[in-house]
Amino acid sequence: MGFGIIVFLAVIIGVLGSPGVTSRPEAAASADVSAHPNSVPETPEIFGQEKVLVLEEVEEDVMMTGELNPNQYPAQRAAKVVQHYLNTCYGSPYRVIGLNRVHSGNAQDVTDSGRKFQLEISVQDFISNKTEKCSAEVFFPSGGQQRSPQVHASCEELPKINTQAQEEALYQKYKTNQSRLSAELPDSFGHIDPDMEPLWHLGTVASSFIMLNESTENTLYNMAQVANITQLATENEQLKFDYHILLHEMVSQEIIHWKLLFTWSPPAGVKVLQMEQLPHSHHHEPLNTR
Amino acid sequence: MVDSAALSLVLLLSAVGAATVEKVNYDYYKYHPMPEISNWMTQTAQDHPDVVTIVDYGHTYENRKISLLKIGLSTGEKKKVIWMDCGIHAREWIAPAFCQYFVRQILQTYKTDPKMEEMMKNMDFYVTPVLNVDGYIFSWKDNTTRLWRKNRSPGTSSCDCYGTDLNRNFDANWGTIGVSYDCCSEIYCGSKPVSEPEAQAVTDFVGSRKDDFLCFLTIHSYGQLLLVPYGHPNFTADNYDELMEVGLAAADAIRGVHGKNYKVGTSPAILYPNSGSSRDWARQQGIPFAYTFELRDNGTFGFQLPEDQIQPTCEEAFTGALHIITYAHEKTFNGATAATAALWTMLLAASVTGANLM
Repeated sequence: MGFGIIVFLAVIIGVLGSPGVTSRPEAAASADVSAHPNSVPETPEIFGQEKVLVLEEVEEDVMMTGELNPNQYPAQRAAKVVQHYLNTCYGSPYRVIGLNRVHSGNAQDVTDSGRKFQLEISVQDFISNKTEKCSAEVFFPSGGQQRSPQVHASCEELPKINTQAQEEALYQKYKTNQSRLSAELPDSFGHIDPDMEPLWHLGTVASSFIMLNESTENTLYNMAQVANITQLATENEQLKFDYHILLHEMVSQEIIHWKLLFTWSPPAGVKVLQMEQLPHSHHHEPLNTR
Repeated sequence: MVDSAALSLVLLLSAVGAATVEKVNYDYYKYHPMPEISNWMTQTAQDHPDVVTIVDYGHTYENRKISLLKIGLSTGEKKKVIWMDCGIHAREWIAPAFCQYFVRQILQTYKTDPKMEEMMKNMDFYVTPVLNVDGYIFSWKDNTTRLWRKNRSPGTSSCDCYGTDLNRNFDANWGTIGVSYDCCSEIYCGSKPVSEPEAQAVTDFVGSRKDDFLCFLTIHSYGQLLLVPYGHPNFTADNYDELMEVGLAAADAIRGVHGKNYKVGTSPAILYPNSGSSRDWARQQGIPFAYTFELRDNGTFGFQLPEDQIQPTCEEAFTGALHIITYAHEKTFNGATAATAALWTMLLAASVTGANLM
């Protein structure tokens, strides 16, 4: 540890430069700062009495086209869309994919058409914890009509881990069942009954169809909760479910309610039959109600 | 007759004695409803009377007290201040949990850790475990209210939804970007700047002694981010470089605890532009180290973070917050320049976390 500390100190002194000068962190740590050639050197004030905000040059431009800063929101939002896409393709009650990190990104305007992103990302299988790299392309169409993004992605490994036995067991368990299953996954305390976890994962996968559809460059969706599950009669060897799910959209901070009718079986995967956004009457409360 | 009366008296006294002396073991790794948090605050002040006092500094729309714990060794002198608030957004339950953990940690460590003791001598910590008390209580009401965000002030004659987003209500570029004027929106900025009593409480209390504040840390979830001012893309803090440097070092320290990645940057760069946030207001007041913490997770559980993640989340967030606080302290009290202060705190982080640096 002793020698390591000395080396570490040497590295730090090298990085920080001479004391007394606020150095711009050029070396990429977790957030890159684009070097701005025209910035006026500031006297570092410890207790700056800023009452008036001066319109200064932007220190950290958000890069929207060309090479992207992978930590900034344009690449992050596009990468989230890839996550949703991958779940629609490969997700199951025993496979849910999450975005791990964005390594690099590039964006171009497509004239009169939209914007295209190329991304190098890592994703993680939530259940097996395995991570892997993917290359993806996301196209956000522009224009008045709300159109869904188009995604292409190729990953090193997917699908690889064999979940067949578990899926089959789950299928058999619910094949002859038909009822309203008590849900609220997770509950207020983040708890999910282990028995219900596969149905929670199924909700994430099915929600990904909605989230993929609804995503734009100005949104970031996560599933907040499965509020209710009704299992309907098995049809054509497919389990059939009616889910009430809550999505959280980060930019507006809204909780959006959706009703999802979908089927699932091990061989066929998730097939969405109907998706319907529900009005959130909860927002509107008559005054003086407690 | 006298004997039984005496016996009863003895029993009564010992029961009373037991009740006041006995320390209830508070579970910091569970979510607590508001009454339990209030009791915990009272108990904490009672248990550490020389170091902790409760300060009521405002009231909510529904007329509940807004209180903070003032923690520090009395020196009789005017001291510099570290501000921390949690629970400005009701549904972000991990935030109040962290404030409580933070208090427990500093009270536990200052007696044995000389650096913490020094900081307690030089500074006071003002910790508000729940700022948006009405909203927090409402989020505990039933499973349909769990995801409430705003406060509980009523709408207007033309708009029948409740609540203003307190973190859009501060007087910092108020109402310009990243807000809605629709009172039904989750990011409704209110009828005017500081229209909300909760925002008013912070503005009055902090504003009246803003020159004393070194740090203003406001705790939220989720997203695993450290956000620096400003939320408006056209404005840059004059100490942006320093804020980033210290923030990145804090994120490194966080990663050393449980491997979680926290991104660092301005809101407009890594999240979304916004205006009227408490952090922006604090920075505008001249408080140099103003950060928003967005704690775990990345969207898997979101606001409903499982209780078994409270401990690791608090541990990593504490490390990050302590890094920033220590830096501010060193810069102010130990005559260190920015560079050597950062160096010093990186060393501290290395020794504390025992991180593998190589």
